[in-house]
Amino acid sequence: MADLSQTFDVLIAGGGNAALCAAITARRAGATVVVAEHAPKPMRGGNSRHTRNVRSLHHGPTGVLTESYLEEEYWDDLRRVTAGKTNEQLARVCIRASEEAPKFLESCGVVFQPSLSGTLSLSRTNAFFLGGGKALINALYRTAEELGITILYDTEVQHVVVNDGFATEAIVSHRGFPATIKFKAFIASAGGFQANREWLRQYWGDAADNFQIRGTPYAQGRILKDLLAQGVQEVGDPTQFHAVANDARAPMEDGGLAMRLDCVPFSVVVNRDVERFYDEGEDVWPKRYAIWGRLIAQQPGQVAFAINDSQAQMNYLPPVFAPYRAGSIAELAAQIGLDAAKLEKVVADYNAAVQPGTFKAQSLDDCRTEGLTPPKSHWARRIDQPPYYCHPLRPGITFTFLSVKVNEHARVMMADGKPSGNMFASGEIMSGNILGQGYLAGFGMAIGTVFGRLAGAGAASLVRN
Amino acid sequence: MAQESQAVVDARRFMDVCNACRYCESYCAVFPAMTMRRSFSEGDLTHLANLCHGCKGCYHACQYAPPHAFGINLPATFAEIRQESYAANAWPAGLGRLFERNGTLVSLFASLGVALALILAVALQDPTVLWSAQRGAGAFFRVVPHWLMITLGVATFGFAIVAMAIGARNYIRSTGGAGGAFATGPAVETASDIATMRNLGGGGHGCNDLDDSFSMRRRWLHQALMYGFLLCFAATCTGTIYHYVFGWMSPHSFFSLPVQFGFWGGLLMMVGAAGLMQVKIVTDPGPVSTKVAGGEFAMLGLLFLIAATGELLLAVRHTGAMGMMLAIHLGLVFAFFLLMPYSKMVHGLYRGIALLRNAQEKRRMTPVASGG
Repeated sequence: MADLSQTFDVLIAGGGNAALCAAITARRAGATVVVAEHAPKPMRGGNSRHTRNVRSLHHGPTGVLTESYLEEEYWDDLRRVTAGKTNEQLARVCIRASEEAPKFLESCGVVFQPSLSGTLSLSRTNAFFLGGGKALINALYRTAEELGITILYDTEVQHVVVNDGFATEAIVSHRGFPATIKFKAFIASAGGFQANREWLRQYWGDAADNFQIRGTPYAQGRILKDLLAQGVQEVGDPTQFHAVANDARAPMEDGGLAMRLDCVPFSVVVNRDVERFYDEGEDVWPKRYAIWGRLIAQQPGQVAFAINDSQAQMNYLPPVFAPYRAGSIAELAAQIGLDAAKLEKVVADYNAAVQPGTFKAQSLDDCRTEGLTPPKSHWARRIDQPPYYCHPLRPGITFTFLSVKVNEHARVMMADGKPSGNMFASGEIMSGNILGQGYLAGFGMAIGTVFGRLAGAGAASLVRN
Repeated sequence: MAQESQAVVDARRFMDVCNACRYCESYCAVFPAMTMRRSFSEGDLTHLANLCHGCKGCYHACQYAPPHAFGINLPATFAEIRQESYAANAWPAGLGRLFERNGTLVSLFASLGVALALILAVALQDPTVLWSAQRGAGAFFRVVPHWLMITLGVATFGFAIVAMAIGARNYIRSTGGAGGAFATGPAVETASDIATMRNLGGGGHGCNDLDDSFSMRRRWLHQALMYGFLLCFAATCTGTIYHYVFGWMSPHSFFSLPVQFGFWGGLLMMVGAAGLMQVKIVTDPGPVSTKVAGGEFAMLGLLFLIAATGELLLAVRHTGAMGMMLAIHLGLVFAFFLLMPYSKMVHGLYRGIALLRNAQEKRRMTPVASGG
């Protein structure tokens, strides 16, 4: 049983990759460290449990990364997906330090693998964890335990006492009992607020009820809200998040990666009013998967329907839940509760607009529509080979971007523009410093690892002085 | 068609999730084999279950493992499907039921084997051979007559071979073939997979033998048991050649081939069997099926006892304890032969077939869809 009467050098709120990278770094630098993880042990690790890889800069082939991925290309990729809504200084800090991320994680027992199938062809830019994020989390906790870090499961940090930008103690619920933890430095790594539906409703209204939370249900944003209420500077648009097209029948929380659907480029997608609303074939899926969650969130009822036929079935990863299936478009419409005549017309109009071309599932092909609004720019084939299929879609929210402001040392910034005396942040809770909108696969883990290490090093050096 | 078992129903649901997730693709052969399919018949699932070596990496890495609602637990579920496949394909058909309460069966048979050997020795020979020292060529046969030893050995082992061969044929038929016509490349790959236990390497870093940490312990222990067993088999073969080809009667000297094979093989078997039992006792019970545990412990125990009594027999063969020890050892060995087709021992056969089928399929099938 942990002794909570002592004063720890560092308290870390959160238990995912960003928290543990901070904890391990601080401990290795000699600090006494306590990690407060809200979840019980089997569900530990926040959203990191559902991750798979980390985007990592590299100058040449490494054991797990091919070719090279240099700073300017990485920066370019980030600038493009965020449409420039980023902080170049912090982004470049993250990009440069991401080179060290795989090596650091390996030093914590994480094993990487060569990427094989079903991985969005990311083997050049992203290093894959053998077994995925939960295996990474297992290794990090094992290392943390070996280093003598105190780990508290079922422990929610509910309030941090902050005076003049200086945190002194935290009020926690420890296995259901109230407790106080004293510390010299505090690191907030407690995630976004995506699992807090009431908070989401402030911006999205009733639509928030239809958002599926892909990851941990423990991301309630309690520390985020607590810090922002105590003079910590806010950054990021509260309506922005990383979201993908999920199967509409997925669990409302914690459905994880396997609930996402990759069928969009090989389908036509209509909303509840049986209208197409976006170019399904705009670009290759790895570059478009992260915008579809938001697109669906903006549709009436926050639902959409991907319609295709038998010839598309082998072009995308098999879904967990079988699609609806019917011998005619009208029957399919009846199954999913859409207006049959309208759906028949949408498909007929689309079929009439399809131009001849050579279909290539994995690259930008010349199969497109002509005279259709919105167009389908690639992979447009006539939908005329029964049986017909429908995958119902809902937005799957990964994490929100509203954040506490940090500087390049992961130090939390106060609203008056001064750095906090002893507060740091890493991971989703500060992701909005860099991600104004959009997302790059594996970038969340890069932010978590890089700023986790910065926060851990900063906190340890602060308490040593 | 018989109703599918709960394990098969569960496994199909798990595969639907796994095939959309694929995080475990680098652990073992099961996941690449899964990606070559989009739907899973009972035969497919039985094939994948027998391809599974129970390394447990996929359980500890699973974002959907219990207490997640999906509750994915492939190692335990596949272990149950394996056992169901042993029972379903056993010959004669009715004897598949022997896989229920297998621990009790194995223990009972082993005890009966020992009792029978002792009774036969007493009934057919002078009872004093059981406690008087016997020396020189043919000493063993004064305890158990040569004709009887050979008859029992050939009959029990022969029966085991026939029963297991028919079981293998049943298995191949019921799971949908061995992956096409026999070819050399896949056969060599299969032999190498078995010889090195590659799939107990967890993709190179070992398995989650005890918990979520990686180790090679189970791989090395299984190697010790398997190669120890093969060395003991080699001891029997060389002994037979000595007897019939050269006319050299046992007992042979300590440095003779049969005794050397048996001595080192027995030691390896003891280390392997005891170590594997220890792993089974201390491992995280999450990915373990308790339904199959009894039979597995009993078979490991029997293998340990066979090896231990063999070593003891070597140690006491010039004393008055030899007769008793020989009878016990032979009783255990003959019981083991009879039990082989109805015990965990068939896993080697079905695992081998699954590896061969997988090696064949890899060469002609490709993963279904990538992209996501």
